[in-house]
Amino acid sequence: MALIQTAQSLQLFYLVPWVIFFPVIGLLVNIILGGKPGTKPLLGEKVIGTIASLASGLSFVVSVLLALSLSGHPEGATITLLEWIKIGTLQIDWAFRVDTLSVTMMLVVSGVGTLIHIYAIGYMHADVRHNDDPGRYGRFFVFMNLFIAAMMILVTGSSYLVLFVGWEGVGLCSYLLIGFWYEKGKDGIGNAIAAKKAFVTTRIGDLGFLIAIFLMFWAFGSLQFETIFAKAAEVAAAQPGIILAITLFMLLGVTGKSAQLPLYVWLPDAMAGPTPVSALIHAATMVTAGVYLVARSNALYSLVPEAQNIVALVGGITALFAATIAVAQFDIKKVLAYSTISQLGFMVAAVGMGATVAGMFHLVTHAFFKALLFLSAGSVIQGMEQGLHHVEHDVGLKKKLKNEGVFMSEHHFDPQDMRNMGGLRSRMKVTYAVYLVGALALAGIFPLAGFWSKDEILADSLATHPTVYWLLTIAAFFTAFYMGRQILMVFFGKARTEPAAHAQENPPVMTVPLILLALLAVIGGALNLPSLHTFASWLEHTFPTAHAGEFNIVVALISTGLALSAIFFAWMFYSLRYQELQRLPFAKRPDDPLRSWLGPVFAVLENKYKIDELYKLVILDPYVSLAGFLAQIVDGRFWHDWFHDVVIAGGFKLLTRVLAVRFDLGFIDGIANGLARLSQATAAGMRRLQTGFVRNYALAMFLGVVLILGYLIVRVIAL
Amino acid sequence: MLPVIYYIGLSAILFTIGALGVLIRRNPIVIFMSVELMLNSANLAFVAFARAFGELNGQIFVFFVMTVAAAEVAVGLALIVAIFRSKHSIDVDQMNTLKG
Repeated sequence: MALIQTAQSLQLFYLVPWVIFFPVIGLLVNIILGGKPGTKPLLGEKVIGTIASLASGLSFVVSVLLALSLSGHPEGATITLLEWIKIGTLQIDWAFRVDTLSVTMMLVVSGVGTLIHIYAIGYMHADVRHNDDPGRYGRFFVFMNLFIAAMMILVTGSSYLVLFVGWEGVGLCSYLLIGFWYEKGKDGIGNAIAAKKAFVTTRIGDLGFLIAIFLMFWAFGSLQFETIFAKAAEVAAAQPGIILAITLFMLLGVTGKSAQLPLYVWLPDAMAGPTPVSALIHAATMVTAGVYLVARSNALYSLVPEAQNIVALVGGITALFAATIAVAQFDIKKVLAYSTISQLGFMVAAVGMGATVAGMFHLVTHAFFKALLFLSAGSVIQGMEQGLHHVEHDVGLKKKLKNEGVFMSEHHFDPQDMRNMGGLRSRMKVTYAVYLVGALALAGIFPLAGFWSKDEILADSLATHPTVYWLLTIAAFFTAFYMGRQILMVFFGKARTEPAAHAQENPPVMTVPLILLALLAVIGGALNLPSLHTFASWLEHTFPTAHAGEFNIVVALISTGLALSAIFFAWMFYSLRYQELQRLPFAKRPDDPLRSWLGPVFAVLENKYKIDELYKLVILDPYVSLAGFLAQIVDGRFWHDWFHDVVIAGGFKLLTRVLAVRFDLGFIDGIANGLARLSQATAAGMRRLQTGFVRNYALAMFLGVVLILGYLIVRVIAL
Repeated sequence: MLPVIYYIGLSAILFTIGALGVLIRRNPIVIFMSVELMLNSANLAFVAFARAFGELNGQIFVFFVMTVAAAEVAVGLALIVAIFRSKHSIDVDQMNTLKG
């Protein structure tokens, strides 16, 4: 208690650069000592993992100190580390904004990040062996620490430009980590393609964000948050269009980074990365950067209700759209990926409609339970891989299976496919328990974290945007349904394959972080309980207009009722009906009870509305043919073959020929030869004078003398 | 005493005859004689002017001219002999080997 009070009275804001420096130190140590892939590292795996976790953990400690200082001095501070850019009147420092919003993000990033680092020590130990390259262990933690550092730059920056640096930094880390097993995946480049897709898709959004930054500089002459927010009302009164443009271009950046319609397509493919990456980057933190950006720019969005409506609508539609796709996915991580898109839709809708507190609250709780779900999914996958390994190496069992006609091979068997699971409840007890907690929190069951934050969003949206409310409520129904489906398919019933029957629980280094996250997912709602509004009053110091959403009992009852009924439906289909189906022979058995019930609708959902194919048809294919046209016709035939070869090379040849033949041979040589010919002709004429007769010479002399004398005489007479 | 113009006139006539002789005649001996004539016409002019102006310079110059003429004739005759030896002729019109 005394320690907390000391921290409150001390203003430890100057410590803020260390939230970035600690991960950077960690990654440098691991770069130097962690060894290159393919070589034996200087440090053991445990040491590498501990250094990385410690770096992230120290970052968390600094964040906690900052939070304590902030509770004593809620006005926060701006700490300038160094001058970065100074051109004319534009001055951009590398400055840190410490306020309640940024510290909240710091706590989430470093807190959840640390737990995921610890989990990854165990997970990657098995993963690098499963993928036959233990030398890549150190690299993983370097990337993870780099991500923490970049994310910290993003959330601590006091200007849009510093934020953008972090924004791009996390994009890079995302790319590196999605393509971590770059030589794996479909056709040996599937993962690399997924990484490229994520990078390029988010880049489209980043372009929008960049344009928004340019517009802000143009309109405000500054990129500092404080300057812009202070001038915002004034500029909005003078030129309302510019604020609308800024906010909408910013929204484009948000749809890229936070995987909203129409740029969400990269996130499901990003599941190619190792599972801790999916948990940290593609669920808990990086993808919430867009939500943070809208929340941070609340002062701008609140000036243009049109933009707010659009943002809220984008969020709401995305939430429902992604939730429906999640219903028909079979890959355990893909379900969670679409769920993440859907939940991000909730957050974007919330911050879009000005319910910043609700949005940030959901961001925090979602970070807890979605990280938990992803990590548990990783645990399930690894349990399945161990089961598979067991089956592969048990000669007797293998022979028995072969005799029964069930051929087992790693190439045929997908340990992430939920159809291959079932009955894991008894084999992986801890994972099952925490998964259940996470799923119920996500479904919004009282009193878990998701219930409070989701209901706050729903209550706020009912008050301001009824359309969005209905979208989100239906999305919440689907959320509960697909989570119920997932739990039932993975953990209940009988094991549908031999590896599932031999799955094994993971070591404590993986399960303890899961338990901690489960705890957070349970009590996370306490952050902002109705009537207490701790979180709202905390954020009020950053957003003067922030209000605590009033608890709406009707909304809560409706959503809880819907969630429970959705879980009931899931139980009907995936427990009762699924068990009946299992009795059918293998060939006749449908893989999903919904398939026969929904028919073609299920196929549409399973194929994700064919959005990827649509993008391919509408954007990629025309683009590729345009590129082909430009490359082959414009560049190849026109530019290279015609312009370069014919016009430039041919013209040059012609010019040199003119110079060589006409100018050099004709003109220059003509001068030289002409001179020679002239003197020859002159000489030929002159030689006639040389008669050889002495008398002629004498006559010439005589005449000459006469002439000279004549001249002299004439001159004398004239004078 | 005769006025000086008569001497100058005689000198001019002699000089003209000498010059024509040099130009017209083909025999080198005659050419030399014509050259002598021209020199002597000059001598006559010198002497006439010296007498007219009462100066001795002109008369002294005449001695130099005579000396030079004597030397010239000696060299010239030697050349003619040498040419005759090689070409068996002394016709100047046949000595045109320097024709261009």
